[in-house]
Amino acid sequence: MNLRGLWTLTWVELKIFLREPLGALGTIVIPVLVFVLLGRGVGKRLDPSELATSGFLHVGLPVLASLLIAISSVLSLATIVSIYREGGILKRLRATPLRPTTILTAHVLVKLLLTATTLCVMVLAGKRYYPVGVHVPVFNFTLALIISTWSILSIGFLIASTVPTARFAQPVGAIILYPMVAVSGLFVPLESLPPAMRALGRITPLTYAVSLLGGIWKGDPWSAHWTDVAALVLTFVVCTAISAKVFRWE
Amino acid sequence: MLRHLVSTVKDAVESDAADMSTRPVIQVSGIRKTYSSTVAVDEVSFEVIDGEIFGLIGPNGAGKTTTMECIEGLRRPDHGTISVLGLDPFRQVYELQPRIGIQLQQAQLQKRIKVWEALSLWASLYGKKSEDGELLLKQLGLAEKRNTWFMDLSGGQKQRLFIALALINDPALVFLDELTTGLDPQSRRVIWDLVRGIRERGKTVFLTTHLMEEAERLCDRVAIMERGRIIDIDTPARLVTRHCPERTVIIGLDDPSAEETFRKVPQVEEVTRSDLGFTIRGRGEDLVSDLIRCISENRMRVTNFRTIIPNLEDVFLKVTGHSIRD
Repeated sequence: MNLRGLWTLTWVELKIFLREPLGALGTIVIPVLVFVLLGRGVGKRLDPSELATSGFLHVGLPVLASLLIAISSVLSLATIVSIYREGGILKRLRATPLRPTTILTAHVLVKLLLTATTLCVMVLAGKRYYPVGVHVPVFNFTLALIISTWSILSIGFLIASTVPTARFAQPVGAIILYPMVAVSGLFVPLESLPPAMRALGRITPLTYAVSLLGGIWKGDPWSAHWTDVAALVLTFVVCTAISAKVFRWE
Repeated sequence: MLRHLVSTVKDAVESDAADMSTRPVIQVSGIRKTYSSTVAVDEVSFEVIDGEIFGLIGPNGAGKTTTMECIEGLRRPDHGTISVLGLDPFRQVYELQPRIGIQLQQAQLQKRIKVWEALSLWASLYGKKSEDGELLLKQLGLAEKRNTWFMDLSGGQKQRLFIALALINDPALVFLDELTTGLDPQSRRVIWDLVRGIRERGKTVFLTTHLMEEAERLCDRVAIMERGRIIDIDTPARLVTRHCPERTVIIGLDDPSAEETFRKVPQVEEVTRSDLGFTIRGRGEDLVSDLIRCISENRMRVTNFRTIIPNLEDVFLKVTGHSIRD
């Protein structure tokens, strides 16, 4: 793979993204703010003994917050790619020595970097609202989130490849991704879902992301979640392969 | 035997020298490109010679951009062959790219990319130094816009930036697709001077335009394209001579008897009188000088002398049967 220009392009795209009116605010500040406010509002009303047993606040909330960060990255990627296509920017970039994969990789890297940054800020801010003594494996969790985001980004690419215009990218993406969260087992365990929804949940990549993120947050070893990782990698491979076939540059 | 050998060598040297001045940098032969049921480019063949400004002219939808994008390696023709600087633009696109500069029709950059960032990105892609970009900015009059976002540039400034990006790798061949479309006449003139400047640097320019005035003022040779086909190729002047030999001369003269004198001038076909003088129609390059001679030999007191010479727009009307604006 010829990656000439990858770092320059990634750096330029990162700067451009942060110049967007909602760039840094939307991806970093707002998720962290929501998380902190939620933690404050819910956390204060619970006494420490309740906290230990409250599965959702303990594991679910961080996982949900991380998932929302990932999904917002994916929607933003799908939108940017379709805007770039509509404006002829992709075509202009392709008429340079940049390889097509380099152009797309730069965008993925920007999104992963922002996801990881948001997460780190969130964990630091959240430490105040979580009981002392909870050892969150920040590094492993970040890695798990990057793997999950990478995988879901490939769904974003598939959306960007198929939507007719940029205006559709955001709503189509939201319609596909948010219901996935509902059947992912995050709010209601898969086992308690009706059979049809359970089956849907089993084939949804977000289910595996939730399982991976929740497990790593609780301190599970990676070996306990290899099926989750495998499912996410499979999603990435399949979506990327389809995108490569149907992707339009103009 | 020896003399024969010497003369062969001499011939070879001479033909080499001849090749140098008319060396084709683009050779297109028999290309065709269809989109589902529409034939965009239909059996097109032509050559572009080293160091010239070559224009592909025709109305919107004639197939100019498709032809250009096939040559740039961005599209693959259904059949036919293309050679650009000796390379196959589709198969050897990565070898070709460092040697050509491209400006695309209606292209955009990222809204919030700064002028200098775009140039420095492009410079790094072609392995050039950022200083090369700064120099181009100065030459194209964009130096004080270097920190401006792309979205805040005017149409003319955007086009100048695209020219800078097309020149950053010091290419031997530059493609300009509808470069001045949408620009006001003043910005257009600035761009024309820049394009002439590209030729002065010894580069070849291949451009498309639907503005006949642009083609006439800028191009060394033009190819007239319509409905996917090339109708004729030559210098603008020769195209006019070939397709529109008609000349009209308006002479201000208050002397009814001159009518008969004018009629005797060779190549004059029609003389009509009006209040202010005569309108004389004829054909051929010599008509104007013959009329001037006639006026001076007969010591006519002429108060006005105006020639109406056809231009590329008339040529287009003649060869296609309709105006380019239709």
